[in-house]
Amino acid sequence: MTSKHVAAAPGIAAVPAEQRSGISALRHKDLLGIADLTADEIRLILDTAEAMREIGDRPIKKVPALRGKTVVNLFFEASTRTRTSFEIAEKRLSADTLNIAATTSSVVKGETLVDTALNLEAMAPDMIVLRHASSGACHLLARICRAGIINAGDGMHEHPTQALLDAFTIREHKKTIAGLKVAIVGDLLHSRVLRSNVQLLTKLGAEVWVSGPPTLMPPGIERQGVRRTTSVDEAVEGADVVMLLRVQLERMQGTFFPSLREYFTLFGMTRERLRRAKPDVIIMHPGPMNRGVEIDSEVADGPYSVILEQVANGVAVRMAVLYLLAGGAEHEAAA
Amino acid sequence: MKRLLKGGRVVDPANGRDGVFDVLIDGDRIVRVAKDIPVNGAQVMDVPAGFVVCPGLIDMHVHLREPGQEHKETVATGVASAVAGGFTAVACMPNTVPINDNAGVTEFILKKAAEARLARVYPIGAVSRGSDGEQLADIGELRAAGCVAISDDGRPVKTALLMRRALEYAGMFKMPVLEHCEDLSLRGEGVAHEGYHASLLGLRGIPGLAESIMAQRDIALAEFTGGWVHICHMSAATTLRAVREGKTHGVNVTCEVAPHHFTLTDEALASPVSYDTNVKMNPPLRGTVDRDEMLKGIVDGSVDAIATDHAPHHYDEKKVEFDMAPFGIIGLETCVSLSLDRLVHSGLIRLPRLVELLSTNPARILNIPGGSLSDGAIADVTVLAPDLQVVVDASKFRSKSRNTPFGGWQFRGGVAATIVGGRTVYVNDSASDANRFQ
Repeated sequence: MTSKHVAAAPGIAAVPAEQRSGISALRHKDLLGIADLTADEIRLILDTAEAMREIGDRPIKKVPALRGKTVVNLFFEASTRTRTSFEIAEKRLSADTLNIAATTSSVVKGETLVDTALNLEAMAPDMIVLRHASSGACHLLARICRAGIINAGDGMHEHPTQALLDAFTIREHKKTIAGLKVAIVGDLLHSRVLRSNVQLLTKLGAEVWVSGPPTLMPPGIERQGVRRTTSVDEAVEGADVVMLLRVQLERMQGTFFPSLREYFTLFGMTRERLRRAKPDVIIMHPGPMNRGVEIDSEVADGPYSVILEQVANGVAVRMAVLYLLAGGAEHEAAA
Repeated sequence: MKRLLKGGRVVDPANGRDGVFDVLIDGDRIVRVAKDIPVNGAQVMDVPAGFVVCPGLIDMHVHLREPGQEHKETVATGVASAVAGGFTAVACMPNTVPINDNAGVTEFILKKAAEARLARVYPIGAVSRGSDGEQLADIGELRAAGCVAISDDGRPVKTALLMRRALEYAGMFKMPVLEHCEDLSLRGEGVAHEGYHASLLGLRGIPGLAESIMAQRDIALAEFTGGWVHICHMSAATTLRAVREGKTHGVNVTCEVAPHHFTLTDEALASPVSYDTNVKMNPPLRGTVDRDEMLKGIVDGSVDAIATDHAPHHYDEKKVEFDMAPFGIIGLETCVSLSLDRLVHSGLIRLPRLVELLSTNPARILNIPGGSLSDGAIADVTVLAPDLQVVVDASKFRSKSRNTPFGGWQFRGGVAATIVGGRTVYVNDSASDANRFQ
């Protein structure tokens, strides 16, 4: 395959030339985090997702790209959106998929993550999509598994496909990411979505502002090239994109702020606050939302919200990741 | 039987000695150290040029895991590891199962040590029953059974009141309270140094403050009571500052630093391998400022001892998610190489200061035999090969565990031989021929 047909393969359209990244393949076994990707690789995934999205608009939403490949969705944490999105993506690419949730696995019998993974390995899956409550769980598996590991969220570390679908959504609305002011507001400390988005957006040249209570600021975050402020108004001022992060009640182990009511007063995204942003601002949220905590329903359901588009785009982006990690068009040409 | 160590560079800071001398041993005692001692029927051990003869090294902070966690280490494997690392004596922490909070456990450990006949073992008794911070353990009884100090290591002494009582009570025996300084509320569920790297990797942080705030409490209590607090495995710059200030004001405070804390920083969380559970220990690897401050303290004399906090864990226990893995790494068999390479060959300190940190001072703090090559002292001697090229091979360790981040690392400097009570208990084949020190 030549670079002229980035994502061209049976049933998958080539990406328009002007959107192409400079490279044609993702030379990784795993997708553990945005930290491991170059800007060109990110663009390649986003470009490929463009081609993938078209498949979802067809009456028969299926291409043979991953026919004969086995993908295991191994989820140790509750997830509706991400797991469903991966599963649909896998099925649209004709992969054989199976879902393992922690409650139905041997984990309840005391098996370690490594043993669970090695037992799955013995049945030769091609890829394992892993969600786990421990940061670095995917790195652990990547070191011991032949199968490609796709990180579907590891602890407080990364959630790379979320950041990719966010970028895809931003690009759809703003054409380019470079130069945009992106404000990310919420529980920054416990958020893997934040960590992946900061990596991605700074790599693609956005001006990233983060805001939230000082108790929920990851130490040293400014060393990643972002601006931090406890003033939401300052973060939102002139923003092209406002991304709210879930106040992760389930991860709150201490008293990081006095009450949800006070949180909403100081940091909640309301229509009034949003007036400071650019007139064509878009509002994003990785879900699940706490309405009336980090985001007012008026904003969540309002005209600037692209929250459901994010969900829709998740399928195309995950198809792109699965396809590229499996070898992309090069692999199919060889097969 | 008389034995004569001939021609080594003798480094014995307790006697202000640094030069080429012979060391004459009779039975388990040093007879004398002098130039050109006549052989006179003694068995001669020719020390190769460039090798160093020093008082036996003492690791005042190890975990031998027996009784109760023999899958990690036993007293026998622990002392085998110790002598292979050049240590003639170790002091073992009481956080065994059960806790060493009574004479029965102390006697058991000493019995196992006597059977092993390698390094000397000095048990450390618990401050409180079950180390749960409620009631003082039978400290007098522990001391009579052979304990040389008290500690609730693994956790801090729970309340200021109990620490006060412990300092007062142990003061009666002139024993230090060895304190694991940590404010548990500030640690929370932290697993790594609170800073940029943990932040990036999504690991919950433990700030240096968690250590220094407790050290400040304990130093204040030592000042108030006149008791002696020894700060274990110091990692934070602010802790060392508190220790220095205490010393300036005449408080009875001493402190130790572990080799990993003067060598590594929290950058090891991310590279060369990310989330390596062999860089997870408590206190955690800290920032560059902290690491550099530990080095400064070693240079300027405010650090009293180097101790490894040798903490063996089974392979299975470490081969898990980072936040699930137990804290701790082993250190007995890498300490000398790390210290020679990073402290002496780097030009920071000279050999006599290193011997002070690894032998003279630990002996003084624990008030145990050794720490010098004085006439009549016990014949515990370590022979170092300061220029030996060492490549760390964890699979060859005598320890039962392999949890070290230094596998594959290359160092200049190692151990040549270890002599305990006049008896050669370890010879490093790669430093010299095996028969030389027998």
